Amino acid sequence: MLIKKSAGTPYSEITKKSDYLNRRSFLATAGIAGAGLAAAKLLPEMVSPPVAYAGTKLDYKKSDLSTHGEELTRLKDISTYNNFYEFGTDKGDPAAESTKFRTSPWTVSIEGHCNKPQKLDVADIIKLSSNGLEERVYRMRCVEGWSMVIPWIGIPLSAVIKAADPQPKAKYVAFETLYDPKQMPGQQRQVLEWPYVEGLRMDEAMNQLTILAVGMYGESLPNQDGAPIRLVVPWKYGFKGIKSIVKIKFVSGEPPTTWNRMASEEYGFYSNVNPNVDHPRWSQATERRIGEFSRRKTLMFNGYGDFVASMYSGMDLKKYY
Amino acid sequence: MNNRRIVALKVAAWLACLEPVFLLLYKYFTHDLTANPIEFITDTTGTATLVLLLVTLAITPVRKFTGLNWLIRFRRLTGLFAFFYVLLHFSTYLGLDIQFDWHQVSVDLTKRPFIIVGFIAFVLMIPLAVTSTAWAIRKMGGKKWNLLHKLIYVSAVFGIIHFWWKVKADHAEPATYGAILAVLLLARVVIWVRSRMKRPPAAKQPEPALAGD
Repeated sequence: MLIKKSAGTPYSEITKKSDYLNRRSFLATAGIAGAGLAAAKLLPEMVSPPVAYAGTKLDYKKSDLSTHGEELTRLKDISTYNNFYEFGTDKGDPAAESTKFRTSPWTVSIEGHCNKPQKLDVADIIKLSSNGLEERVYRMRCVEGWSMVIPWIGIPLSAVIKAADPQPKAKYVAFETLYDPKQMPGQQRQVLEWPYVEGLRMDEAMNQLTILAVGMYGESLPNQDGAPIRLVVPWKYGFKGIKSIVKIKFVSGEPPTTWNRMASEEYGFYSNVNPNVDHPRWSQATERRIGEFSRRKTLMFNGYGDFVASMYSGMDLKKYY
Repeated sequence: MNNRRIVALKVAAWLACLEPVFLLLYKYFTHDLTANPIEFITDTTGTATLVLLLVTLAITPVRKFTGLNWLIRFRRLTGLFAFFYVLLHFSTYLGLDIQFDWHQVSVDLTKRPFIIVGFIAFVLMIPLAVTSTAWAIRKMGGKKWNLLHKLIYVSAVFGIIHFWWKVKADHAEPATYGAILAVLLLARVVIWVRSRMKRPPAAKQPEPALAGD
């Protein structure tokens, strides 16, 4: 009877004694090498960009036109999550890149079809409002589908318009942002056409909700939020709130607006918050309120219909998106 | 390149592939996931998917041009990690962003082109992940397996289109990935052409002499 002997391990397969004894040091080396690689990649990403706050305390009064019943978004979030492509297109870029942005001296030129064109600094603009600085708590809804609640400090745009005494042919108000690629590195690339421009119909500009904001949370605007002076139109998508304004011009025809130039089928002149009119690429029916876990239903005119809906009665808002 | 060095490199490769997860966990525990954590997680896992798809596609061109054939032993690792991240990316969208709103999902998958192509890119990776084992290669046979796994090209292209169509204005990042993919595809074409040129053409047999010529 043939009993097959098992082949046995060939001599060549036996681990060399030196390797066997060294296995622990080998594993340690491999582990350290791998960990070193991972750390070299990870560590720079762990350090968050510094937060830039402007920090001048402002004297203001609370306003009846503030929105009630909404939790305020944290200042940390409002000042580190920004779309301000002049400073870069990542949400954290504006906070990181605007720390040295000079907001003073600053001149706003008020011009066009008006009887009192003038160049004013921010302090003089504030003086145009008989009521002084007001705090307006407003919802802000970004076209991307997120939203915040921000305690702005500012004055009604209507006070500035009245002071300029627009002529009858002034049907629209146009706005322009600073153009300074040295201070605003995002302007060195043509990701949008610079300078950023926006506009409102005259009745929208005169609406009591429309303000020029110079601060938030009781202090002057952080640079990344549009310092030293910006527009806030709470019933429209946030990109209508043009930042770091240098020009306000009264014009007779509908003025060009930067996002409409970028993609006219996606961003219209009116851009009223409207859950029934989708962006071509995504739904506008819901939004993520920053700080909340679940999405919310988006409100028509961002919940400000009582103040603004009458301006659009009879207008097909699917056509005039 | 001996086995010990391969194992050491595999440890390093695992750690490198897990870096995005480590980063997200670290940022979660330090409350540093930005003001919009769900968006941040979605973007991070999506980017990781694309990067690992491109790394996987780069392995053969690199080894053909450098002769470092042992690189092939890392391809399944990077490919499966790409699948791992696309699973995380899709789960974040479905579970955290939309939160299982099936009506919204059906709208997204029928009316939103960028989500449709992203979903297709994801689905095409499933059979590749499932057949990634040595058992599957044996069962399918090398030829069929290779043919199936050419689907990774479709996934990579659709993934880049998904990214491109999602972006509002700044196309720099998806454009960069597209350029890298184009180079990798070109490299594959060069490799294929070289292999055809090296193969000698079938020697022409002399005509048998006809009787009576």
